[in-house]
Amino acid sequence: MRLGVLFSGGKDSTLALQYAAEQEEVVCLITMVSENKESYMFHTPNIHVSNLQAEALGLPQIKQVTKGEKEKELEDLEAVLTQAKSKYSIEGVVTGAVESVYQAERVQRICYKLGLWCFNPLWKHDQEALLEELLKKGFVVIISGVFAFPLDESWLGKQIDKKIIERLVELQVQYGLSPSGEGGEIETTVLDAPLFKKKIEILRSTVECRANAGLYAIERARLIPK
Amino acid sequence: MILTVDMNWKKTSLGYYEFVTPILEVAEKIDECMVKHYLEITSQDLKRCSKIILSGTALKDNAFLFKPEKFNWLKETEKPTLGICAGMEIIGKVFGAALKESLEVGMTNITTIKANTLFSGDFKAYSLHSYCVKASDNFEVLGQSIKCVQAIKHRDKLIFGVLFHPEVRNTQILKNFILIA
Repeated sequence: MRLGVLFSGGKDSTLALQYAAEQEEVVCLITMVSENKESYMFHTPNIHVSNLQAEALGLPQIKQVTKGEKEKELEDLEAVLTQAKSKYSIEGVVTGAVESVYQAERVQRICYKLGLWCFNPLWKHDQEALLEELLKKGFVVIISGVFAFPLDESWLGKQIDKKIIERLVELQVQYGLSPSGEGGEIETTVLDAPLFKKKIEILRSTVECRANAGLYAIERARLIPK
Repeated sequence: MILTVDMNWKKTSLGYYEFVTPILEVAEKIDECMVKHYLEITSQDLKRCSKIILSGTALKDNAFLFKPEKFNWLKETEKPTLGICAGMEIIGKVFGAALKESLEVGMTNITTIKANTLFSGDFKAYSLHSYCVKASDNFEVLGQSIKCVQAIKHRDKLIFGVLFHPEVRNTQILKNFILIA
């Protein structure tokens, strides 16, 4: 089955892509570029890095800019899925949804309307297990955004490793944080993954953080041999 | 031993992670589990297990409906069985209930019609189906949404069907089936 992956370049969509590629034929990446940092639907930090990730994966990418207005962004999603269907003959769409019924339901409806299959291979999986799966498979993932107490500047740019996972699980117990950021507590950027033919090297970045909301912005990056 | 029947269109499909794994996330905490694809169920599997759960499938995946003969064992088994979404649809079909097209996607209001061991009262549950099972003589209707029958029980057997997905937001219903039914 020819599949397009809704791809933000974060850990969830990249892991979903990995699952999809192990079972079916992934033929393109579909990336929503939201102008709204508060978007209900689409991950935003470092979305421009998805160009490099697509190149590293050797997959064509279709991008759709959206103002990110609630519900209006769904029309933009429908437009880009229609384009992917006609340009790459996709038969289905893969998402990295884990817990969000809000996201999953909306993508399901659009896919059904367009006659596309919809797959959510991470759906309802244990969040700690998903983080560990990333390490086991050799993903290199950094934290590129924090948006909840007590996360602060010290987390930004950190690579997810065993220690970070342990700490996130502790914070789940103490503060009810979702360890994989399902409540929007953290955002991530993938620098290397099993399917990447090259990996990403960050050349310049900036950190901006106020209290418990901050971004690690990748300003310059390039692909280097693995 | 709980037997989870993978209802997806093929073995080792991408649908497995979405419709079988979440059931196992709940069931494995309570009992030992085994998974078999619906095309590969053997009499040995049915003997070994104490309960059976039939999974859901992707919205566009109705392949199981074209192979009802693979589910004839439902007529013979005395093991408590729960069909989720696709699982409920095939239970209905095997026991002669009609299916009709009915799309529900997302959180759905469910009303309990008849007291039962799985759930009670009014609640919200996640729906993802394009067909529903019409009421029929072989089944009691346990719950419904504004659009269709959402839960059934066979009149003479411990065979339940829920059209919604309890593994998403109503895991207690799944636990109730495993622990009480």
